Amino acid sequence: MRTFDYVRVENTSAAISEAAKPETRFLAGGTTLLDLMKLNVERPAHLVDITRLPGLDTIEVSTDVIRIGALAKMSKVAAHADIMDAAPVLSESLWRAASAQLRNMASIGGNLMQRTRCTYFRDPGAYPNCNKRNPGSGCAALEGINRNHAVLGISDACIAIYPGDFAVSLVAFDGTVLVRGKVERRIPIDEFYLLPRQTPNLEHQLSPGEMIVGIEIPRVAALKRSHYLKVRDRASYEFAAASAAVGIEFEADGKTVRDVRIALGGVATKPWRLRAVEEALKGKPIDEATLRTAAATAVDGAKSSGHNAFKIELTPKVVARALMTVGDIA
Amino acid sequence: MTNNKQLELNRRTVMKLGAGVAAVAGAGVNLAPNAFASEPAATKAASLGSRVSRAEGPLKVAGKARYAIEQKLENMAYGVTVQATRPAGRIVNIDASVAKALPGVIDVYTFQNTLKINKPTVYSKGGGATEEFTPIQDDLVRFNGMHIALVVAETFETATEAASLLKVDYEDGDAILDINDPEAKPMLIEPMGVAWGDAKVGLDNAEVKIDVTYTTAREYNVPMEPHATIASWENGKITVWEPSQWVGGARSVVAEFLGIDIENVRVISPYVGGGFGSKIGAHPHVGLACVASRQLNRPVKVSLTRPQTFTGLGGRPATRQTLSIGASKDGTITSIVHESWNETAIDEVHVEACNNVTKIMYATPNFSSRLNVVPVNTVQPGWKRGPGENPSAYALESAIDELAYALNMDPVTLRLANWADVDPSNNMPWTTRQLREAYAAGAEAIGWWNRNPAPRSMREGRELIGYGMAAGSYPMIRTPSEAKIVFHTSGQVEVLSAATDMGTGTYTILAQTAADYLGVPVETVTVRLGDTSLPRSALAGGSQQANNLTGALVKAAENARTALVRLAASDPKSPLQSLKLPELTFEKGTIRPTRRPAGGISIAELLKAVGKDRLEIEGNTFASGATEDMKNAADRSFAQLKGATEGSVSAHSWCAQFVEVGVDEDFGTIRVKRMVAAFDSGRIFNPKLAESQWISGMVMGLGQTLLEEGYVDQRDGRTVNANFADYAIPVNADIPEIQVISVGIPDMQATALGGKGVGEIGVVGVAPAIGNAVFHATGRRIRSLPITLEKLV
Repeated sequence: MRTFDYVRVENTSAAISEAAKPETRFLAGGTTLLDLMKLNVERPAHLVDITRLPGLDTIEVSTDVIRIGALAKMSKVAAHADIMDAAPVLSESLWRAASAQLRNMASIGGNLMQRTRCTYFRDPGAYPNCNKRNPGSGCAALEGINRNHAVLGISDACIAIYPGDFAVSLVAFDGTVLVRGKVERRIPIDEFYLLPRQTPNLEHQLSPGEMIVGIEIPRVAALKRSHYLKVRDRASYEFAAASAAVGIEFEADGKTVRDVRIALGGVATKPWRLRAVEEALKGKPIDEATLRTAAATAVDGAKSSGHNAFKIELTPKVVARALMTVGDIA
Repeated sequence: MTNNKQLELNRRTVMKLGAGVAAVAGAGVNLAPNAFASEPAATKAASLGSRVSRAEGPLKVAGKARYAIEQKLENMAYGVTVQATRPAGRIVNIDASVAKALPGVIDVYTFQNTLKINKPTVYSKGGGATEEFTPIQDDLVRFNGMHIALVVAETFETATEAASLLKVDYEDGDAILDINDPEAKPMLIEPMGVAWGDAKVGLDNAEVKIDVTYTTAREYNVPMEPHATIASWENGKITVWEPSQWVGGARSVVAEFLGIDIENVRVISPYVGGGFGSKIGAHPHVGLACVASRQLNRPVKVSLTRPQTFTGLGGRPATRQTLSIGASKDGTITSIVHESWNETAIDEVHVEACNNVTKIMYATPNFSSRLNVVPVNTVQPGWKRGPGENPSAYALESAIDELAYALNMDPVTLRLANWADVDPSNNMPWTTRQLREAYAAGAEAIGWWNRNPAPRSMREGRELIGYGMAAGSYPMIRTPSEAKIVFHTSGQVEVLSAATDMGTGTYTILAQTAADYLGVPVETVTVRLGDTSLPRSALAGGSQQANNLTGALVKAAENARTALVRLAASDPKSPLQSLKLPELTFEKGTIRPTRRPAGGISIAELLKAVGKDRLEIEGNTFASGATEDMKNAADRSFAQLKGATEGSVSAHSWCAQFVEVGVDEDFGTIRVKRMVAAFDSGRIFNPKLAESQWISGMVMGLGQTLLEEGYVDQRDGRTVNANFADYAIPVNADIPEIQVISVGIPDMQATALGGKGVGEIGVVGVAPAIGNAVFHATGRRIRSLPITLEKLV
C-alpha cells in the first residue's frame, strides 16, 4: 500500500484544518477506509484520526428530535433503549448491518460514508475501467456479474449499489446530516447522496475539509411504528438483496393511513425514498391486497442489467411485507 | 493459449492421468494382514471412546498456538505474488522497473527474470503434488488469477505496493471459461466409468422413469487460515513452515521444486487452521517462496491474501450430472444411467468422481456411469471435503427423491426397497453397513413419519415448511503409518508422528490411545505432530488419518509393553530382574510380578532404576517385509494407499441426513430449521470430536446448498467474488439446532481398531436433503446449487 501520514487530532477545528490538505481522509472506525486502502482503491496521503474528538459520540432522544453524534458506534446506537423505543427502524437497520465486531468499531458518520461494494470498483488491478474511480474510463459492471448491482437510479456510467442500511432509515424519516467546515451546514439526507448520472465519482454533498458531526431525525408518529426489513440469502452479515425501511401512522380508526414512510435499500444507487407509494397509501385503510398493489409501483423505472433482474421481482414483496409488519397484518 | 499440437499432447497426458487416478483408486496395495485384529482389543482404561476435549484447544483460544506462518525468523524477506488479470494468451512483457525502484524492494521475479521451479510429480503419477503448474516458468497465461510474478521486499507493505506497480502487457488468447461453453471439449475418463447389465435396455423397459440434470457451482474451501508459507534456505538445506495436511507430500514436492535431495528438506506444520482438502498439496506459491529463499539465501514468507487464495489453488470444480433412473411400479429400480462432467484446468486433469455414491448405494440389475472432464481456463480444481461423493450423492439422492414422488412412495421406503445386500458394483460383501439403523434413527429424531408428505402442504405463517432426507457414503481408505512413543523418567510419555492436526483432534485421540493402551493417565501424554523429522505418516485426507495413526500407535504401545517387561526382566539394575519374563505382567502403566499385584514399579521408576533417561519405542502397520522404499512411499505418495475394497470386502462410512426447512413464500429465502443425521462411522474414538466433525460437515453442506458459488466473469474468467463478503459461507445465524447420532459398530474388517471415516461423511447428503426439503415445502424442484433466493422468488 501507499505510504501515508497519520495524525490524531484533539478538536474539531484541528480536524477540519488538517482535512483541508489534499488527498486526506478522516479515519474513524476504519471499517470501510482501511479495507479500501488495502485494495488500493483509496490511496490517501494523509489520515486524520478523529476518534478522540470530544463530545461527538452522544445520543440524545428529546421530545421532537433524535440527535446522534458522528462518532457514536453503530452498536451503541442500535442498543440504545430510547432509540429502540422511539425509532425501531433506526435500531433495526443498524443491527442488521455488518457483524457485531464491525458494529463495535464503525461510527455513525463513517457509516454514512460507506462506499459501494461493486466488486469491479474494488478490484482496480484487474479493472482499471471504473467511472467511479477513473471518471470516463467506463464501467466493467454493466455487462459483468451484476447480481448485486442497482436496478433503480442507475445510469449508463454506473450501476453500483448503495450498500448501507442505516441511511435508508434516515431517508425514510427525513434525517438531516450535520456538517462542519468553514461554516456549519444542515444537509437533508435525501440530498446528501447524489445519483451517479455521468459523474459516479461524486457520491455525496461533502466538500473537502467538511466533516460530518452528527445527524438529526425528527420524531414523527410513524417513527414509533417503524421497521427495517432486510432480505438476503445469508441470515446475517450480508448486504441486502432488497430491504425496506418503513413506518406508519394510522388515523384514530386504527386502519386508515395518516402518514407512511418507505425507503429502499439494496436495489438503488442511493437510499431510495418511495414517495409515490407513500402518497398512494395515504388516506386509505390497509389490507394485504392494498399494500401489495401499492408496493408493485415501488420498482417503477427499474432496469435490470441481467443477473439482478430478481431484485425487480423481489422488491415489491419486501415493501409489502414490511408494511404488513408495521400494520400488524403480517 | 496452447497450440493444437500441444493441446493434443496435453489430452494424451490427461487420459493417462485419468487412468492413473483410476489405478490409484482401485489399487489394492500391501498392508500386513495381521495389522488388523480379528476382535477389538479390550480397552484397559476408559480413555479411548470418552469425550475428552481438544488437547490444543486452550492454546488456540489463548492465541498461544503458533501457526506455520507465525514463525519469527531473523532477516525474513516478504514475497507478494502478482496474479494474471487475463484468462488466456501470453504475457508479452512485464515492466518491473518502477516496482524495483521502490525503496525496500529486493527483487521481482517473472518469466523474464525467472527462478527455476521444477515441475513436481502429481499424486496420480506417484508423487505428492496436486497440480503440475509451476509459476513464472513461461509466458503462457493459463487462467485469470495465476501467479505471474513474485515481488520480494524488506516488508510486506512494500512488497504489496510494489506488486501493484508492475506493468504487464498481454497478448490475448481465446479462453474457455465455463463448463457449458459450446467451444469446450469434454474428455471421457474411460477407466473411471462403471457398467453392469444392460443399462439402456433396463431403462427402456422401465415402467417409471425419471430423467434429470443436476449441477453444482464452483466452490472454494476457504479455511480460516489462508494459505501461506515460510521457506528458509540455509547451507543447502531448506526448512519450510507450511500449513499442511500432509508434510510428507509437501516435503517431496519441495525437493522436486528445488531439485534437491529430499533428505535436505524439512517441512513443519504444527497447527493447521482448516484445510478441507486444500492443504494436501504444496501449491505453486510454495515453490515461489522456496526458490526465492534459495536465491536470496534468507527466509522468505509468501502469504496469499484471501482473494489470492481463490486462484492460488483450486476448490471443488463446477459439475453437471445427468441421471436416468428406471423402476417398476412397485419401486424396484431396474436401471441407472449416469454421466457427469466437471471442469478441470486447461492443461491438467482433476476428476471429480461423481459416481462414487451412485455406483454403490442401490441394488440395480443394470447400471452405467461415465465421467468426463471439461478443460477450461481455471486454476486446477482440487479436493473439497467429500470430493466425488458429495456431488455424486447430490445428484443421486435428489433423483431418488424425484423417483419417490413419481412413484407416490415414501422416500425412505423407496430406499429400503432397493437395499443393496452387497456392493452392487463388484458383488463384494460390505464390512459393516448400519444404514438401515441410520434411516430409522434419523427419521425418528426428526419426526419424519408425522409430516404430511404432499408438496406445499405444510406452513407456519408465511413460511412454507418442508422435510427432506438423503443418504450418503464415504469410502474407507487406509495407508500404513508409523508412530513412536518416548518414555521419560519424569513419567511423561511422548507420542510422535509427522501427521498434522487440521483442527480435527489428532493430538487428542492419539493421547487417548496412548493412555489407553499403556494404562497411563491421559494428562501424562504429550503428542508431537506436523514435522517431517518425526515418524512417517500418510496424509490427513480421505478420512483415514485417525484410523491410520491409532493403528500405528497401538502397535507401538504393544511393542512398548513387551520391551518394558523385557527390560524389567533382563536389566541387572531392574528391581524385578529376579523374575523371569513369563512371571511379569504389564498393567496400568506398571510392570509387576504376575502373582503379586502390589509389587509393581512404574515405567518411570524402571527407567530410573536401569539408568535410562528415555526409552524410544516404534510401531507401525506396515507388512512385516516392508522395505524403506515402501515406507517412504506411504509417507510421500499414494502408492501404499488401500482402497475401500481391499481384501475383497467393501468398506464405507454411511449416513442418513434429515432436514426441516422453512421457505419464505414471498422472498424465496430458505432457512434450515433443523438438521438431524445418523452416521455409521464404525467405532468412535472420541464422541465429542467425531460429533464436531459431523456437525462441521453438515454446516459446510448447508453453505454449499444455499450460499456458495464462485462467480466467474464470462468476459475474462475472473472470480469476481473472491472475498468473504461476496463469497458467502454460513454464519451462526444460518445454523439451526443440529442433532447427530452414531449408529456405527466396531468394524474390524475396516481398520485395526474398528473405526471408519468421520471427517467427510458429514457433508455427504446434506445438499440433496435440503433440496428435497425445498421441494417438499414449495413443490418446486431446483436442480442447481446453490439454491439462492432468485431461483425461488
